[in-house]
Amino acid sequence: MKIKILYFAWVREQVGRSKETVETNASTVAELVDELICRDAAYGAVFKDLSQIKVAVDQELSDLNTPLIDVLEVAFFPPMTGG
Amino acid sequence: MAVRIQRTAFDVSKEISNFSTKLGASGAIVTFTGIVRNESGTLDHIIIEHYPAMTEIALKNFTEQTIVRFKLEDAFVIHRYGILKPTEIIMMVATAAPHRQDAFAGAQFLMDCLKSRAPFWKKEVSGVQEEWVKARAKDEVELESWEHKFN
Repeated sequence: MKIKILYFAWVREQVGRSKETVETNASTVAELVDELICRDAAYGAVFKDLSQIKVAVDQELSDLNTPLIDVLEVAFFPPMTGG
Repeated sequence: MAVRIQRTAFDVSKEISNFSTKLGASGAIVTFTGIVRNESGTLDHIIIEHYPAMTEIALKNFTEQTIVRFKLEDAFVIHRYGILKPTEIIMMVATAAPHRQDAFAGAQFLMDCLKSRAPFWKKEVSGVQEEWVKARAKDEVELESWEHKFN
């Protein structure tokens, strides 16, 4: 399946792009992260400390165990600092 | 209930005035205004980034939850993004309720949701130095403390 991935803030800067579309068989967010880490060293650096990464699946705040069934969009970003 | 996410500046007093004219059952409005602080004295500006497709959904969701939980008559949120200079207004929330306690508590809860759950990120720019603002663990603790109060 094809999934659109978005990156924000320092995650975007470290990955070096704001979005990409990947072909993946990952069944959870954690598996998608593992696939990305295998793909390029830049992802390894970004996902080194997962306590510093938040994830949204189809615009809803989620976690590493969230399944990726019929999912269109996954976003990775640091803890939010709004307000 | 209204949420607005915008690049441009807004006038807090006009927003409160517009909000109050639509109310009927409320005897209290509480507002919070967040501004760009310059603690070091060297800040040129901040850049606020957000996740457009998610931001509006999240803000509407928090505002609706707040209205229900605190039995508010109404509430609104305005949050800016883009480049903002020190002392500029970043965002505001307003809550209206029959009595002040619910209006105060609702505003506090809505702010705690926004701080830790709304997809905004701030970067501070001082001369050639750029640094992403780190989330404060205290903000997360404050949000979680509401769950104990409700349960």
